Amino acid sequence: MTQQGVRWTADQVLALAPDAASRKAGSKLGAAGPWSEAGSSDEGTVWGLCKGSGSKPYQTIVDIADASGPAYKCSCPSRKFPCKHALGLLLLWAGGDGAVPTGEAPEWAGQWIAGRRKRAEEKRSGDSSGSPSGSADPEAARRRAERRAERVTAGAVELEQRLTDLLRGGLASAEQAGYGLWEETAARMVDAQAQGLASRVRELGAIPSTGPGWPVRLLEECALLHLLGQGWLRRERLPDALAATVRSRIGLPGSADGPPVRDRWLVLAQYDTVDTRLTTRRIWLYGADSNRTALLLSYGAAGRAPELALPVGLTLEAEVSAYPGAGQLRVALGEQFAPPAPTAICPQGMTTSQAAARYGDALRDDPWLESVPVTLDRVVPTPDGDSWQLADADEDAALPLTPAARSRPGLWRLVALSGGAPVRVFGECGHQGFTPLTAWPEGPGEAIALC
Amino acid sequence: MTRTSAPVDAPATGAWEGLVTTALLGTDRRTPPGTGPGPEAPVALLDAAAVETVRRRAGLRPARASQRPQPAPEDPRPPLPQAAAHRLAVLLADRPGASGGGRRGTTPDLTELLPQWLAAANARGFAPPPQLLPALLDAARGRTDLRPAALEFAGPRALWLARLNPDWRFALRSTPGGGAALPHLDDADSIRQLWQEGLFAERVALLSALRSRDPAAARELLETTWATERAEDRLMFLDSLRTGLGPDDEPFMEQALADRSRNVRATAAELLSALPGSALAARMAVRAEACVAIDHMQPTQPTQDSPATGSTVATPTITVEAPHECDPGMERDGVVAKAPAGRGQRSWWFGQLVEAAPLGTWSRRLGGRTPREIVALPVTDDWQGELHAAWCRAAVRQRDAEWSRALLGEPSAPEAGGPGAVSLAERAKLLGTLDAAERAEWVAGFISTHGLSEAFQLLGVCAVPWAPPLGRAVVDALNIARDAGSYPWSFSGVMGLAERCLDPSEAGRLDGLLAVPDEPENASPGAGGYWAEAFQRLVTTLRLRAAMTEELNTS
Repeated sequence: MTQQGVRWTADQVLALAPDAASRKAGSKLGAAGPWSEAGSSDEGTVWGLCKGSGSKPYQTIVDIADASGPAYKCSCPSRKFPCKHALGLLLLWAGGDGAVPTGEAPEWAGQWIAGRRKRAEEKRSGDSSGSPSGSADPEAARRRAERRAERVTAGAVELEQRLTDLLRGGLASAEQAGYGLWEETAARMVDAQAQGLASRVRELGAIPSTGPGWPVRLLEECALLHLLGQGWLRRERLPDALAATVRSRIGLPGSADGPPVRDRWLVLAQYDTVDTRLTTRRIWLYGADSNRTALLLSYGAAGRAPELALPVGLTLEAEVSAYPGAGQLRVALGEQFAPPAPTAICPQGMTTSQAAARYGDALRDDPWLESVPVTLDRVVPTPDGDSWQLADADEDAALPLTPAARSRPGLWRLVALSGGAPVRVFGECGHQGFTPLTAWPEGPGEAIALC
Repeated sequence: MTRTSAPVDAPATGAWEGLVTTALLGTDRRTPPGTGPGPEAPVALLDAAAVETVRRRAGLRPARASQRPQPAPEDPRPPLPQAAAHRLAVLLADRPGASGGGRRGTTPDLTELLPQWLAAANARGFAPPPQLLPALLDAARGRTDLRPAALEFAGPRALWLARLNPDWRFALRSTPGGGAALPHLDDADSIRQLWQEGLFAERVALLSALRSRDPAAARELLETTWATERAEDRLMFLDSLRTGLGPDDEPFMEQALADRSRNVRATAAELLSALPGSALAARMAVRAEACVAIDHMQPTQPTQDSPATGSTVATPTITVEAPHECDPGMERDGVVAKAPAGRGQRSWWFGQLVEAAPLGTWSRRLGGRTPREIVALPVTDDWQGELHAAWCRAAVRQRDAEWSRALLGEPSAPEAGGPGAVSLAERAKLLGTLDAAERAEWVAGFISTHGLSEAFQLLGVCAVPWAPPLGRAVVDALNIARDAGSYPWSFSGVMGLAERCLDPSEAGRLDGLLAVPDEPENASPGAGGYWAEAFQRLVTTLRLRAAMTEELNTS
């Protein structure tokens, strides 16, 4: 339960903002001025009245006790989620200067909270009674899956043909063919309901413009795509776990039916990647008891933030269930037993050599893996020509940063935090280098988000 | 991939390169190694490439470590209290331009509070959380006015960072000596060494630091190399003696009056004239006295106050006889002979003489009168403007509060509001010589009589937070302006100042102004609502400032 002592930090609150404008607007409302009758309850609810431009103040309620991240309700007309009032209220609460005292919820807030609690209760009892969800007709479902597999097979065969054509004519011609060729092939893969293939094909199109060394990268990606296609076509002969990995890489839906694992999960990092169709949010979790790292994926329509948001540096006592596939870290968040709370948990770290070896090992289970999540202990951000690396404080070994990580503002937060001294860094380690996501100073200090 | 070292065995690397070459040219032109030509060749190539790709990735090793950076110097200051660190993060997140311009609404302008927050944090000697340094440096990069306070707060680690990021070079430029540590000021040997061998910026920093601690030692240090310095450097060094200027500096300054460089001579003269006991001041006094006299024989001009009675009662009047030439002695003492375009030579010289003469001269010269009586004397032949303006400059230069008071006059006097002999800019400077309470009181009196339209410049020189009488005067004047029915943005400058400068404890007194008033007949449409909004913003900002201070005080 949330007590007075464990309020969130302003950074954690601001991480919930759907975009920069909301961040700014929310920051402005994070002061006592426009708020009245604000309060919070020990059950993890915060409420307040915010004076807006109209005569009637907006009623804002945030429920941070919820299993799937905070829930918001506000009487303002904004379609942003959470709206600036919810952010401002949380900031005010996080500020902890007595502007949001503990107290009894007013009626307008109490009703909504009670309703939520009741629905959550019903859902939980409904789940435990084991009501079957999904399709009622297993036979029809099987037929649908078969039809889809046939389409994917047709797509994989077509893709193989394109790849051999490309290799026959030479990659040099791909540079001239440009983006259009690949867009068309990607569209064919979408038709074949193989999203995983489609997005890989789309990325191929961008490689010839990525500067020196592009033939190497293009051949690598073509070869891995070929490997994936072949894996699909011969999936019957693969071990079950690897076949599941191929299915998930191809883009077939899986369900998180692994056994639920209860742990104190530390939110290591949260970041979004945006393309023209979809916003993908990745949240890395670290289980304090199981010493295991897990990935939560959630999606939003293009330009909109996914709903699930967990502030970096908090832990939640919860159950997660794994998705199928060898070497797959993706999980689904199950029941949550307590709201996210600040913590002193920090994942165990390793050296850069161990991290590189970890990536090599992981490829055995999933050869298409771009990177693995690792925590490096005692590394020093070090300038290396135009680029940066994370150098072991005690060994002559270093991991270079990925090109993307080099241009992010988080790099400078990391450098500033280090000040030339060793720090602990969580990030993704792969063949392109290391992407730092979160850092901790040596000695006491809270987690600093870098993404 | 290229960044990490390649797997060790060279043959495999060779095999991979063979595959890449074949792939580039195409299997129609070149047969992949290890297979025959034919329709299966591309598939064989892809198979081999897939194996090689995974092999290469699985065999990646860390690279050699580059030269690790020197650790940043230790920051001995205590860390910020947590709430204050969060506040700083919020203030820095509010970067201008994110949501464009537009009406400001009722929410405080956080960017405008950053300077105040920095000043408060610096006064308490806190160190910043290191992860906020990049945002702090970016903010200072965009706003030069923030730089001194931001860099002071940012401390040694920010300079360490600035050496690594070209975007933040300004931090090295703005800090004398590029942040190089000054030697301990008791260590005479290293001081002398740095003074003789250091870069210009380091030497300026050393001289200013030493001057503010031990003025005589700084002057003596400068004298050791004075003769060999370049003219531009002499000017800068001489200027840094402005701090802690005292009678002991006179011999050195007198010597600088004979300098080869005109600018050095002028600066030396200016510094000397700020020492009322100096020989230069005495020489200027003699020259100035020769130009000004009291004439007791002037007949009273009929005025409104005392209608002409026909009698010839004589009123003492100041007469001015400007110098006829600028002799070499005057030039040596810093008088500039050539008048700027549009000014008469003689009045130009006269102004400079009066400006440089000690103000104490005039009481003696003009019959033992007090400054107030002297300023009240009529002046013949339109010389009043020239004479009073020169006295203003002298009062500012010599920081003479009594003369400043006399020249400022009563704040409620009618001429205080309009263009009189003393302009608003000069008034603001004169106010600077008074102590904070007196300054606030004078400006409060001025605003009560003349309103806010001319007050902006004067408010700028008042100490923050505003003293109670001044705060009350501003709030009352804003209230009057609102009742007059104009729009609040006519007063946006004063409103913005009030948000930053009003004492937060005044917030309670503003409660009555927050409601939307009934619109009077002649008011601008909707003005009442905008005023309520502006006052709400004012109150919100004041509350926020109170919270900011509170956070910094709890540790």
